[in-house]
Formats: sequence, C-alpha cells, structure tokens
Amino acid sequence: MNAFVLEILRTSGEHLVLVATAVFAAFVIGAPAAIALTLHARTRRWVLGVVNVIQTIPSLALFGVLLPIPLIGGIGKRTAIIVLALYALLPIMRNMVVGILGVEASIRESALAMGMTRQQILWRVEIPLALPTILAGLRIAIVSTIGTATVAAAIGGGGLGTFIFRGIATADLTTVLAGAVPAAVMAIIADEVLEWAERHYSV
Amino acid sequence: MTAFVEFERVAYRVDGRDVLRGIDLSLERNETLVLLGRSGSGKTTLLRMVNGLLSPSSGEVRFEDRRVAEWDPIRLRRRIGYVIQDGGLFPHITVARNVGLVPELEAWPVDRIRARVDELLDAVGLEPGVYAGRYPRQLSGGEKQRVGIARALAADPPLLLLDEPFAALDPVTRYDMQQHFLKLSKVFDKAALFVTHDLREALLLGSRIALLHEGRVEWVGPRGEFLRASSPHARTFLRTLELEPAQ
Repeated sequence: MNAFVLEILRTSGEHLVLVATAVFAAFVIGAPAAIALTLHARTRRWVLGVVNVIQTIPSLALFGVLLPIPLIGGIGKRTAIIVLALYALLPIMRNMVVGILGVEASIRESALAMGMTRQQILWRVEIPLALPTILAGLRIAIVSTIGTATVAAAIGGGGLGTFIFRGIATADLTTVLAGAVPAAVMAIIADEVLEWAERHYSV
Repeated sequence: MTAFVEFERVAYRVDGRDVLRGIDLSLERNETLVLLGRSGSGKTTLLRMVNGLLSPSSGEVRFEDRRVAEWDPIRLRRRIGYVIQDGGLFPHITVARNVGLVPELEAWPVDRIRARVDELLDAVGLEPGVYAGRYPRQLSGGEKQRVGIARALAADPPLLLLDEPFAALDPVTRYDMQQHFLKLSKVFDKAALFVTHDLREALLLGSRIALLHEGRVEWVGPRGEFLRASSPHARTFLRTLELEPAQ
C-alpha cells in the first residue's frame, strides 16, 4: 500500500510537470502573439479561427495524428507537451486579446492624449487593466490542461492517465480512481488559487 | 508673431461626409476660446486636431508656430493638457499616480512629482491627505473631473483642451466646477480651447466664443457680443437662456 501511495505521488508530480511545461510554453508563445493580434483585425480573425479549430479536435485524435510525424511527434512526453500546449493556446490568446481590446476607448484616448507611447500604453494601461481577463484565460488553460493531460498516457506521456488507462484495461476501479481523484483535486486547487488571483487584480 | 494655435482652411471628411469645412480660427496665449455647437457640429473633431489625435483632410493646424503634423506627437501631447467628459482617469492607479503620470513619463524626480501632485490637488480643491491614495472608483463625478483637470495641468502645459468636461455633472456641481475653472485658468495662466454645447457655460468661461454649425464657423467674437449676434443659430442658442414659454 505504501508503495502504491508513493507511486501516486510520483505520478502526480509527473502530471504537474507536464501541465506546467505545456501551459508555460503556450503562454510564452501565445501572449506575445495575442498582443500582436490586437493591432491587426484581419489577421486576428484568421489566427483565432485556426486556434479555435485546433480546440475542436478530440484530444485523443490529435495525439494519434502527431504520433507518426517526425521531430514533433512520436511516443513520449515531448509529443504530449506539444499537444497540451496547442490546447492551452486558445483560452490564453483569446482572453488576452479580449482583455486588451476591452479597455475603454476613453481610457485609451486619454493615454494617447497624455503623450504615452504605444509601448507605455500597452504595459502601463492595457495589460494592467486586462489582467483579470488574462488570468481568467490562464485559469481555464491550466484547469483544462490538468484534465486533458490524463490522455497523454495513451502515447506514453506519463502522468496520472497511466493509472486511468491501466485501471480501464484491468477493469479495476481503485486504479482508475488513483488517477482520477488526484487530477480532480489538482484542478480544484488550481481553480481556487487562480480565481483568488483574478479577484485580487480586478479593479 | 502668429497666434498660439491657428486653424487655416481646415476641412475634415470621413466616409464621404464633410465634418468640417473651411475653418479659420486662432487662439491667443492666455485666452479661453469656447467652441460652442450642437451635437455633430464638428467641435470635438476640431479640438482633437490640435493634439494630433486626428489630422485634417486639408488645411493646416499650427501650435506654437509649427504645423501639428511636423511635431513629434509625443512631445506635442505632453505640452497640451487634455480633459474629457468622463475624466478618462486610469482606474487601476491612485489619484496621486493619475495626476503625476505625465511628470512620471517625463522622468521628474520622485519628490518633485509628489510636491507637484499635492500642489495641484490643493489647487482643484481636493485635500491631498484625503484624496491622494484613493482610486477613481471611490470618487464622485465632480471629484473625478477635478482630478482630470489636475492631471491635465500636471506638467505645466501652456495649453488645455477641454471636451465638455462638465457636461455629465449635476447643475450645482457644474456651477462650482465652472467657477473653479475660471479661478484656475487665471492662477495657472493657461490658454484653453473649451468645447461645450451649453451657452451659459460658454458665456461664463469664454473670453471669445466660436459658434460651430454643420462643420462651419457661423459666428466668432468676444463673449459680450454674442448676446447681440444676429446669425440664425446664435439666435437659436440665445433662446435656450429664456425662461418664458416660447410664443
């Protein structure tokens, strides 16, 4: 039993690393892209459309599609992280775009009329005012990635999905729960913490 | 010596519609020129050309003897204070930081900014000890406009642009603010372009009044002469001062 608990802890750690790496990668790529998209309406519709379509692909299918592709595909953690990051991209980018574009016109006009540069308006006005919306996007990304990451075990990505798949294969409920319960707890904790942060930064 | 701000044959077209046509106006140092007109007369458009938020389709706007188009827009805007109807205060920073923003952008030393903020809050009638640390959402409409004016004055610009700054206030607060503005523009010795649709306000605050109608200047002159103006829309505005029912 003790060995089982240790395995759950180790696997939970693996799961967390998977989620953190994927969301971090999605943020590093998505945030600057979203800022650029706020400036070009046509490109914005196009790019968000593509990102939206990615979101509609069933995760298991996307894992399957990437398997045979060289460099980014194959069995293992790297493929899993790429897929998870692709899924996290939409909430991160969409909320960032919506948050920045949602800043009141009169506030943006004042900033401009006070002689703020484009960069100053972005960093001192738009991003601080969009912060609650940006954090909400991050929260959706993290919570949903915690869930989706259980599927990563199907292509050898490790994480809590390992228990779930093993439990299904052996028709053993205890093993399924050993994967599902920690994943659910993780999602709830992440949700609560980020919701607090969101409230804390809203004006 | 040319005027402080000059509009020369300014026209502005958007979507095939003439918003402004053939505007010739000038503003001298230390005077308040009121742009009076009904909604859609083009007065706000004209105001926004002075700090380069809009560019004329044809004609020229000059500030301090230089065409607005030739100014570096950042330098230009930091030399011109701007006040709008809902204040446009930044909701995520305190009153003190809102007021001290342009000095901060201009990299003034911290203690000089603090002293300036206190001085200006005092000048607009807000006790610095009480208001400096508040956020805009904790202010009444009148207090927001006071902060908006303090912010516009912060870096000591020689010119203020005001776009119906008191229009959303209740009549008593509006009256207080108008009296306060008169005092301030004397104390701080500023030139101002003041947009309003309220003739009472125009008569009270303007050293001169320019009446805009459908994109043209219909009448311009010292405020005292407006009461005797014979142009049709000036008469229409003058009727708004009457208290008797119309015949």
